[in-house]
Amino acid sequence: MADTTPTSADAPEKGKLRAFLSMLWADKPATLAAIFLAIVVACALVGPMLLDAVATKQNLRGRNAPPFDLSNGWLLFLGGDALGRPLLARIIVAARNTMAIAAGAVLASMVVGAALGLVAGYSRGRWAQIIPRLADVIMSFPSLLLAVIVLYMLEPSAANIVLVLAITRIPVYLRTTRAEVLEIRERMFVQAAQVMGASDARIIFRHILPVALPTILTIATLDFAFVMLAESSLSFLGIGIQPPEITWGLMVSQGRQYLTNAWWLSFWPGLAIILTTLSLNLLSNWLRVALDPQQRWRLEIARSAKGDRKNG
Amino acid sequence: MADHLLEVRNLSVTFHTARGPVRAVRNVSWHLDRGEVLAILGESGSGKSVSASAIMDLIDCPPGQIESGELLFEGRDLLKMGREERRNINGKRIAMIFQDPLSHLNPVYTVGWQIEETMVIHGTPRAQARTETLALLEKVGIPNPAASAAKYPHQFSGGQRQRLMIAMALALRPDILIADEPTTALDVTVQAQILDLLEKLQEETGMGLLLITHDLGVVAEVADRVVVMNGGEIVEQGSAAAVYANPQHPYTRRLIAAAPGKGEMPPDRPAAEPLLAVSGLTKQYGDFTALASADFALEEGEVVAIVGESGSGKSTLAKCLLRLEEPSGGRALYKGADLFSLSPRDLYKMRRDIQMVFQDPTQSLNPRMSVHDLIAEAWVIHPEILPRAQWKSRVAELLQQVGLLPEHMHRYPHQFSGGQRQRIAIARALALEPRIIICDEAVSALDVSIQAQVIELLADLRRRLGLSYIFIAHDLPVVRDFADRVIVMQGGRIVEQGTVRQIFDAPRQAYTRNLLAASLDPDPAIQAERRAARHAGKAAEKAPA
Repeated sequence: MADTTPTSADAPEKGKLRAFLSMLWADKPATLAAIFLAIVVACALVGPMLLDAVATKQNLRGRNAPPFDLSNGWLLFLGGDALGRPLLARIIVAARNTMAIAAGAVLASMVVGAALGLVAGYSRGRWAQIIPRLADVIMSFPSLLLAVIVLYMLEPSAANIVLVLAITRIPVYLRTTRAEVLEIRERMFVQAAQVMGASDARIIFRHILPVALPTILTIATLDFAFVMLAESSLSFLGIGIQPPEITWGLMVSQGRQYLTNAWWLSFWPGLAIILTTLSLNLLSNWLRVALDPQQRWRLEIARSAKGDRKNG
Repeated sequence: MADHLLEVRNLSVTFHTARGPVRAVRNVSWHLDRGEVLAILGESGSGKSVSASAIMDLIDCPPGQIESGELLFEGRDLLKMGREERRNINGKRIAMIFQDPLSHLNPVYTVGWQIEETMVIHGTPRAQARTETLALLEKVGIPNPAASAAKYPHQFSGGQRQRLMIAMALALRPDILIADEPTTALDVTVQAQILDLLEKLQEETGMGLLLITHDLGVVAEVADRVVVMNGGEIVEQGSAAAVYANPQHPYTRRLIAAAPGKGEMPPDRPAAEPLLAVSGLTKQYGDFTALASADFALEEGEVVAIVGESGSGKSTLAKCLLRLEEPSGGRALYKGADLFSLSPRDLYKMRRDIQMVFQDPTQSLNPRMSVHDLIAEAWVIHPEILPRAQWKSRVAELLQQVGLLPEHMHRYPHQFSGGQRQRIAIARALALEPRIIICDEAVSALDVSIQAQVIELLADLRRRLGLSYIFIAHDLPVVRDFADRVIVMQGGRIVEQGTVRQIFDAPRQAYTRNLLAASLDPDPAIQAERRAARHAGKAAEKAPA
């Protein structure tokens, strides 16, 4: 049996999509963020296919080539790295690894953490005791130490890095979700659903999760930047992504030793990390408003000057 | 020139919101004299608190803006004074008490210290402040002042906290006391005590008392004059007795007509087979007995009201019947089955027959679901009631049944007023086609006129659909109008039950009599009589001792 009931069964999907897009348009920073993220995703998908060769080809005459110089071709517009490889091409190519690891780790930890948090918060039985202790155990363990142990035993590969990063970030989601659920569970509309005979699953997914979701998503977007940098520190220890594979985090740490005479080596990939995180933040902020019926009017009013007035 | 103690002239306040400016009050003028009790009466959103907030400098600017008007205190305009000067008047000359005393007392300091502090801030030596604090606590009726002064706010009951707030407000002997809904959160008997106290203190000190309320009964009990507000404007003002006896404005007339407790009491019903029979229902939390062996029955088509003060166990009883709380003992027979020993499968079936309407519709409706989804959820959970194709037309039908429009189904709860939200909650309960609806203070959070409409709706549904209600309330006049039988609870026990006539005309228990005596009648004349009787009673009690 379907658990979701569309607001209006006969409302065409197209109209809904258009309403959503126009709500996005109403929030200009969020629109820019969405466009930027679309570009990043596009780079991650097609970039390596087009630019892989260029990005790994050494060019010793272009070592640490300064940026904003078009005389060496557009690829070197952002400068070259210590081996003369064009930074622009490398950033585009690195988008795939970076996004795959960061998105994978964030998604995995969010889903697992939120699910455990829902169980821990909703059940009143033994699991409500055990699961939070589990989070305490993970949190009390230094995350880098855990990473070293796991990656020493397993092959350092992208999948294993995702695994390690996901495990260390689970407690953040678990604790937040649990705290939210403990509060939402006592709200009256949950009791109202119980009185109607709603199943536990329905109460959790239809009544509790939608209210807790904005908080979880906000943490996830903030965590994105953290995961990107954590991944680079793993690379620094020699257990993360290894050259010639590249990620933004790795590029930042590789450029560190040249910071005094060639700042652009670290600056551009760092900027990419910042902009991606910022965009995700702006977008999640917009999403939080757009998904909340009580807040949505802010976007709808900006859209149409006449605005729909509150019904007294 | 005016020699009123406090005069508000042509006050207009606008709040600038994202939805455009909202004119909270327009051209409001009233005055308050020494030794007088003025009540500002109005429903929610009428702007009754705004002028008091303006006097106390509590309006945040922006978003608020005082567009025009004067606030004359002893002939001087408060709005033209500097911050420093206003601070010296606030608290010292004009004090204020609020609806919810707990949120206005600091939980980490003892109450004695907090009262002292108000005096010390305004220049009283500490030692003197201490003795005065004890005297004040004595005056507002806190037992054992010396020990109480060393306690923290959470150690007092709601009524005592309101007494503490009053003590704090009186610490600096203000000329004016503003009380914003001072008794709304309190039980009727406590309300009567607090109003009594306010009146006594006002007589003693000769201060002006400004009372902001939505309750005609409170006005009738204490006010000399009343200002009736609606939609940000004053519609009528005059002496409390004159306004009640001879209301000029249609709004005032409607408000007085909506006051419950004046209709005919329902005739006694012939005894019938009970639909629901509860026996020995007990609920314990550890050593604390929230509900001790409750026995009662509900007949088909009957309204049984459960009344009692907070903590009397009436909500626990409702929760046990619905199995939101597991009862510790007892039986509740419904259609031959014991509700308390149902298997999960039978419990799920039973949910269709017994539904609940909660006190606060703002909280009982999921804010993220549209009205259609809220009502149709009943059929998602119980798919056998209605095939999906008919959901929409049935939602429209239900909305019309509760007095809303079918096109409302695509809106969300926050787009409705409190009364409309409660109608949505009732429509949701009806979607399951129940036999019994338990209303837990279902009209307590609503304005008087809305309350009357919702009660009318419930009565109408009962006639048309043959529903039975268990109606939990603390407001006796409402019960008198709506219920067939009344159960009076105190401290987890049923102290008395009987037909409305028996309970209201010939209460057997002292507790019931107290409850009835404490409930306020909207008619100032009746209220004056009762007050006289009460004082005579007290005098008589004192005389032999």
